[in-house]
Order: sequence, then C-alpha cells, then structure tokens
Amino acid sequence: MTTPGRPETAVGVKLVVFWLLVAIPLLWGVANTIGDAAKLFR
Amino acid sequence: MSISVHAPGLLDRERIVAGPGFSRWLVPPAALCVHLCIGQAYAFSVFNLPMTKLIGITQSAPNDWKLTQLGWIFSLAIVFLGLSSAATGSWLDRVGPRKAMFTAACCFGGGFLIGALGIHLHQLWLIYFGYGVLGGCGLGIGYISPVKTLITWFPDRPGMATGMAIMGFGGGAMIAAPLSVSLMAAFSSPSHMGVAETFVILGIGYFCFMCIGAWIVRVPAPGWKPAGYVPPAKSSGLITTDNVHVAVAWRTPQFWLLWWVLCLNVTAGIGVLGQASAMAQEMFPGRVTALAAAGFVGLLSLFNMGGRFFWATASDYMGRKVTYCVFFVLGMVLYALVPTAGGIGDGGGLALFVLCFVIIISMYGGGFSTIPAYLKDVFGVRYVGAIHGALLTAWSAAGIFGPVLVNYMRQYLLDNGVPKAAAYDETMYIMAGLLLIGLVCNLLMRPVHHGHVIVEDHLASDMIGDRP
Repeated sequence: MTTPGRPETAVGVKLVVFWLLVAIPLLWGVANTIGDAAKLFR
Repeated sequence: MSISVHAPGLLDRERIVAGPGFSRWLVPPAALCVHLCIGQAYAFSVFNLPMTKLIGITQSAPNDWKLTQLGWIFSLAIVFLGLSSAATGSWLDRVGPRKAMFTAACCFGGGFLIGALGIHLHQLWLIYFGYGVLGGCGLGIGYISPVKTLITWFPDRPGMATGMAIMGFGGGAMIAAPLSVSLMAAFSSPSHMGVAETFVILGIGYFCFMCIGAWIVRVPAPGWKPAGYVPPAKSSGLITTDNVHVAVAWRTPQFWLLWWVLCLNVTAGIGVLGQASAMAQEMFPGRVTALAAAGFVGLLSLFNMGGRFFWATASDYMGRKVTYCVFFVLGMVLYALVPTAGGIGDGGGLALFVLCFVIIISMYGGGFSTIPAYLKDVFGVRYVGAIHGALLTAWSAAGIFGPVLVNYMRQYLLDNGVPKAAAYDETMYIMAGLLLIGLVCNLLMRPVHHGHVIVEDHLASDMIGDRP
C-alpha cells in the first residue's frame, strides 16, 4: 500500500513483482501441460 | 458494532483497508496466490499409485493401502470444501479476506503435514483427517476468501475479476502434478517412496505462498469506486443494487435455482473429466493410444483453466443469464454430437470429438467462475461471500453424483451387452438431458422479491471496505 508521499514507481514495482510471482509457476505448469497435450497430435 | 480500544490486529479487516494510491490490480495476484495452491486438489491422484506401494515399494504388499481406500481422501476433501465454505462464509464476510486466507493457509498446509505424519506412521485415518478434513476446510475457506474482495474492487468487471482467481484453481493442478512427481522422484530411494517428504515440502511451500496472498490483499475504503465508474442508480433486470442477507437468500427460489444450475453444469463436466482418458481410447480404438489419451486429458485441463477466465469475462458483456444459457444450449448440442464423432471414426471424427470436449470443459470451468458474479447480480455484494460459500455445496453434491452417474450408467450398459465403444453414447444423451434441466432452472431465474431485500440501516455494522 502506498501513501501520497511515496513515489508512484513503488506501486509499479509491486505490480510487476507480484504478477511475476504468480505468472511464473502458472506458465511453468501450462508449458508442462502443453507438452503433454502435444502427445495427442503425434 | 462494538467499540474496541485496541489497535487492529495484523489479520484484522481494519488493518488492510487500502490507502490512497493502492492499485486494485494487486488484488488478483493475492487471490491467485491462494487459488494456485488449493488447485493442487485436482492433482492429488498423482499420489494414489505411490501410496499403494509404501511398504512393498516395487509392488503392493498385503498391508499396503488399496486404491479404493485412498480414493476417499480426495472425496473427503471435496465434501469438506463444500461444508466449510458454507459454514464459514458469514464469518469470512465479517473478518475480511486476510484472516480467512491465513486460516486457509494453516488448514491446507497443516493438512499436508498431518498427512505426512500419517504416511510416516502408516495410519490412513491421519491422512483422512489431515488432507481430507483439515485440508478440505482449507480448500473451502481459501476458495471463497478472495471472491467478495475481488467483486468489491472490480464492480465494473466482477466476472473478469473472479474469473482470474478461479482460473488459478484450474491452473493449480498443472503446477502441482509435475512438481509432486519431481519431488517424489527426488526423495525416493530403493527402500522408500518419498511421499511423506513431498507432503512436508508441499505443506510448507503452500503455507508460505498462501501467506503472501494474505499479506498483499487489501479491501477498498468505504465509498471507494474505480475512476470513471458510475454505479447503476437502480436495479435493472436480474441485477440488483440492493442486498439480500445470506440467512434469507438460501430460502429464496433464486438460490436453489442457481444451486441446481451450478450442480447440473458441474455434474455434466465432472463425470466426463474422470472418464476422458478411457473414453478417448475406447471410442477410437487403435487411433488413440494411452499416451495420446494423456495428452487429451492435458488439453482438457488447459481449456478448463482458460474457460474460467474467458467465460467469466464474457459474462460481463453478455450478462450472466445469457452466459449460462450458452453453456446449457451449446453443451447439449456438443454432447449430442459426441456419438456422431465416435461413429465417423476416422481423423475427422477424432477432431470433432476433441473439439466437442474442449468446448464442454471450457464451459464446465466457466460455470465455476461465472457463478460468483451471478450471485452478486441477484443478491447484491454485501453477503455474496457467504452466499457463494453456501452455494458451493452444489459442487460437493456434483462431485459425488457426476462420477457415480457416469460409472454406473456405463457398467449397466456393458452388463447388458452394449459394445465398449458405444457404451458412452447413452451417457452423453443423459448429460445433455441434465443440461436441459439446468437450462430450465436458468430460464426460471427472476429478480429477488423486494420483500427479501434488507434495508440500509441494517447494513450499518461491519461495513469497512464493503461498500461498492
């Protein structure tokens, strides 16, 4: 949470960090599943 | 509201009211931290086979657990998901998302640790209690904990907001399955399966990740609304600007119509999910190998996850009632097409079969993610968390009813001499029939009678961060 005194970039950094925190494991899981799904078309 | 002289605790709702400059786009990652963890439940089956060989290691020993005994762990977890979400919904609305997320983290992480002890001591009841009961409560509390908060932060796009979180539940299994397999491989030895250690690592890891979500989450300050958003002045159609108390909501026909809408949509999807691999192989013998069938299951998981986001977001534009009508009508057409696809038999038939099921499964996921916004439309924002919790008992019921219906129907047909490849045809028509009943329930939805709405004075207490 930011207060008016804090720079706007703090919010931007938090957004990037926390979205990456959830996106990285999710994309890893999706990539694994796509690898599995590809077997259907081989 | 009682007046307290104490400063709010770390987990209290008053402590997490967002200040100026807070971005609401930080709330979806908080919700995802919880849902990506509890989505592990759908990957629990990766432990089943190793847990049947804890003593025998290379093959099951006489004292090893049977698959039928282990199947109860997941069933218990799903039952307690529904029971706990129904029982704790009102409490969650009162205490706010941080305390609820932390409680869910303790239950879910603790459930894994007790389960690990059960594996170590080879006491199955400890796993039933740990993962099934305690972990199931973590699932239920965790599932509903961010929903109301997201709807309050995104009054302009409630479907998209809840769709993002509930998409995480679908994605959680995709992370948990390969992670669990890797951990078991790392901890296994010629005399040891490595399951208990995997449970410990997962329990601690999930607890920490869920706590990050509890740390990030904020509720909006009273009167907050997104820039440029003008809330509707009065109710229109099914969308109300009033609030219905949870104690009243579950006595309305609208609640039970939506209960059946969710139950029937889930029943139709869940029955197929469990059978997907066998169905693909038996309807296309020789064309779909066991490996390709596993790929088909993976493809379904992707569409299950993607559908949660896509359909819930689409419902913000189409309206919830229309979205569910699409689920039911399109679902009926696609289920009815599956036997045709099986009859074609060649590459075109397989392509049609896959297309039918990926769309069906996307709508199964979409049913989960669109329902919170539907409830918000019909009953208002104030008690949507508690009402959503109560409605999730429909999931528990469908979790039992769906697979039983498919399995028993299939067995009945096989016992009566129907060929394996054709045994699924009747099941598909039954699923289409279930969706027809769901469509009727959805079409019967009307705005809640004004007599059920609570007056504003009664909302005075416990409103911090609640007003849309």
